[in-house]
Amino acid sequence: MAWELDADRPIYTQLVERIQMQIVSGIYQPGSKLPSVRELAAEAAVNPNTMQKAFAELERCGLIVTLRTNGRLVTEDTDMINEIKQNQAKEYLDVFIGKMKELNYTENDIIDLINKAIAR
Amino acid sequence: MNDLVEIVGLSKAYDERTTAINNMTLTLPRGRIIGLLGPNGSGKTTLIKMLNGLLVPTQGSIKINGFYPGPETKAKVAYLPDRTYLNNAQCVSELLDYYNDFYADFSRDRAGEMLTGLNIDPTSKMKTLSKGTKEKVQLILVMSRSADLYILDEPIAGVDPAARDYILRTIITNYSPEATILLATHLIGDIESVLDEVIFLRYGQLVLYNSVDNIRMQHGKSVDAYFREVFAC
Repeated sequence: MAWELDADRPIYTQLVERIQMQIVSGIYQPGSKLPSVRELAAEAAVNPNTMQKAFAELERCGLIVTLRTNGRLVTEDTDMINEIKQNQAKEYLDVFIGKMKELNYTENDIIDLINKAIAR
Repeated sequence: MNDLVEIVGLSKAYDERTTAINNMTLTLPRGRIIGLLGPNGSGKTTLIKMLNGLLVPTQGSIKINGFYPGPETKAKVAYLPDRTYLNNAQCVSELLDYYNDFYADFSRDRAGEMLTGLNIDPTSKMKTLSKGTKEKVQLILVMSRSADLYILDEPIAGVDPAARDYILRTIITNYSPEATILLATHLIGDIESVLDEVIFLRYGQLVLYNSVDNIRMQHGKSVDAYFREVFAC
């Protein structure tokens, strides 16, 4: 099933985001082997060159490691993965809190609502 | 020979009034999937025919792998026309034999695998197959060759969305870094995520040759949306 991608943003940045998310959320575990560029491109229904570019970017920032003969692995550096995860969470929270404040909720209200939502 | 296709000052005039291609200069690299886009009458088919050596330029030149269109280029160019030229009375396996005879680089095994994967009975006659299935057979024949340049003219028009997905997946998985695929289509939105680059043609002239991601970045919209803007009627 093709990946859902926005039509108005560059494809390669969206691929980087998506694979990063899969790594950070544990779908690809630290140290595990990633599918080949070709396999993932076919799954995502995108051009293999674009997928290659996304992999290169993830390698550049250290999230993926290339073994000369054996494909690509997710990094074992769990600190790096956690840091990325925390940054992403912070982004989500900033957006959420911003919107709740637009609705004029106080900080205590927001905490209440979160607790109720989690309990559901 | 790093560039696959070199087009220099190319023009094709059918008569004094009809110029189908007008002074085009363009170089196509290897290992890319390139969309050839433009309104009807913009010269796509004329360009494709000249690349295949089916039409001769009135001016300028085309070289593929350093050769002018001829036997050397035809051995390295795989063409999927928008209208089938295959014999309707023949059955699928006879067509496989025909291709096998004709093209040294044809892989009968690969073609057979793809046909099996689609549950297409090789003994069925082409004329008994549905339009969509016929298109898939044609595509399989073409993609089972090891060409340097694949020219696909409207490979996904007139088929259902699931068949389109299959066709695009076949194109992606048969992709080779040494080969280039030139894909002419009107269904831009469906294929743009599969394309590296696009060519826009208008009135036989080159309007644009850029990567999909560059266009999205520079214009903040999809190639489909940008095309509609550029070619608004």
